[in-house]
Amino acid sequence: MTSVSKSFVELNNVTMRYSEGDELALDTTNMKINKGEFVAVVGPSGCGKSSLLKLVSGLMPPTDGIVLVDNKEVSGPLKIVGMAFQNPTLLPWRTTLDNVLLPMEIVKPHRNRLRKHRAEYEDRARKLLASVGLEGHEDKFPWELSGGMQQRASLCRSLIHEPDLLMLDEPFGALDAFTREELWDILQNLWMVRPFTVILVTHDLREASYLADTIYVMSKRPGKIIVARENPLPRPRDQEVTFTQPFTDLVHELRSHIRDVRAA
Amino acid sequence: MNKKLNLRKASPWLSAISLFVLWELIVRIFNIPPYVLPTPSESVIVGWQFHEAIWMHATHTLYTTLVGFAIAVVFGVVLGALVGSSRTIYDAANPLLVGFNSVPKVALVPVLVMWFGIGTVPAIITAFMISFFPIVVNVATGLATLEPELRDVLRSLGATRKDILIKVGFPRAMPYFFASLKVAITLAFVGSVISETVASNVGVGYLMLSASSKFNMPLVFAGLLVIAVMGIAMYEIFNVIERRSTKWANRANPTN
Repeated sequence: MTSVSKSFVELNNVTMRYSEGDELALDTTNMKINKGEFVAVVGPSGCGKSSLLKLVSGLMPPTDGIVLVDNKEVSGPLKIVGMAFQNPTLLPWRTTLDNVLLPMEIVKPHRNRLRKHRAEYEDRARKLLASVGLEGHEDKFPWELSGGMQQRASLCRSLIHEPDLLMLDEPFGALDAFTREELWDILQNLWMVRPFTVILVTHDLREASYLADTIYVMSKRPGKIIVARENPLPRPRDQEVTFTQPFTDLVHELRSHIRDVRAA
Repeated sequence: MNKKLNLRKASPWLSAISLFVLWELIVRIFNIPPYVLPTPSESVIVGWQFHEAIWMHATHTLYTTLVGFAIAVVFGVVLGALVGSSRTIYDAANPLLVGFNSVPKVALVPVLVMWFGIGTVPAIITAFMISFFPIVVNVATGLATLEPELRDVLRSLGATRKDILIKVGFPRAMPYFFASLKVAITLAFVGSVISETVASNVGVGYLMLSASSKFNMPLVFAGLLVIAVMGIAMYEIFNVIERRSTKWANRANPTN
């Protein structure tokens, strides 16, 4: 069953419905994601993009087919995953620093080491926060931060335990355009420093084109991958690239795919 | 700005004083006899005359109320945690809880008297029975309304149910819990006084019953005032505890 392959995440003919009798959320989906690859999944709303994340992270079992991560079949929640959502879901009773340290209180082996090596972990969290521009805000509470800052903190929380797999579900969807593009750069930097495998679900085609190595376009419900498009743009990408012809061509091409699936 | 703040601070006293003035005036203007409705001044005077007896009865009422309330807190938190963290337990317990809460507790006092005799025990149990419900509901609500995304974040880190409950569930439920304590403590007073009125020979409830049988209405009202004052004092104590311990939930109005 578990054939050894190079890919880090693999979906083989996966279908999924939330409960029996429901319509399919995901229809015969096949995907192969390499280790350290940055993947974006775009599609019309309600097409099962989020279901895909739940499948890969093991929060939901597939109805049919197999999900493999690191050559092992996924049968329960993976413990190597970082997640961030459109809603930053920070805990309001914890400071930003303590919010970022939350995964350390849960993930093994850190949870057993945290109390003794508190200073070391705090240092690590501070460095990570500084790298996303949150230096000096460590002791503030989430509700004292702006939406963009909260999302940065949420990103730090999803990365502090150095997960192999990062799941992002429209993480920048609620931010204004300038903040969003700033965070694209921050995410790209984090990823270039320590490449982890990313699955980014978004409906922003520019975001997908800016960040991803491979962009998957999904059809409307029941979701099915209809296009897998390699991104030819070189890295690192900066804001200038968004005004170049190859970038606009890519966005244009993706847009026409989406138009087709919406019309279908 | 400063004036506005002062007015806000004074407002509870102003409203209380106006109520008593209005009450006094109505009784005097319409010449209402004291065995129907005594004036507040008369009630206070009579209350002072009987202050030793009132003190004795009031401390007893306070004692039964607090014991009943304490049991309600422990029971309410445990049951609330169970109901709030499992859908199955929620479904199983909900109709029973609602049904139990709908039964007027005064109707249960005679039953308790049959079992435990009159006096302290039925008062404690009545205070407990009447006050645990809001605690259960609020603790359960606080636990059950956890954002699904947050649950996903934690589960994908390998968190157990217990981890989620301790790290997120309970801290999140704290404001709900403290809010319910304020309601529960005032209800606990209602419970113990009801029981004392029906079946006891000690407590403010008993004092008022025996006073009314002697047509001493000013003393009845003095008893009512004492209960109200104790209720307000307890409510305020839990209000302060709530604000101190869950500052993050009260950030919209930084009053302290």
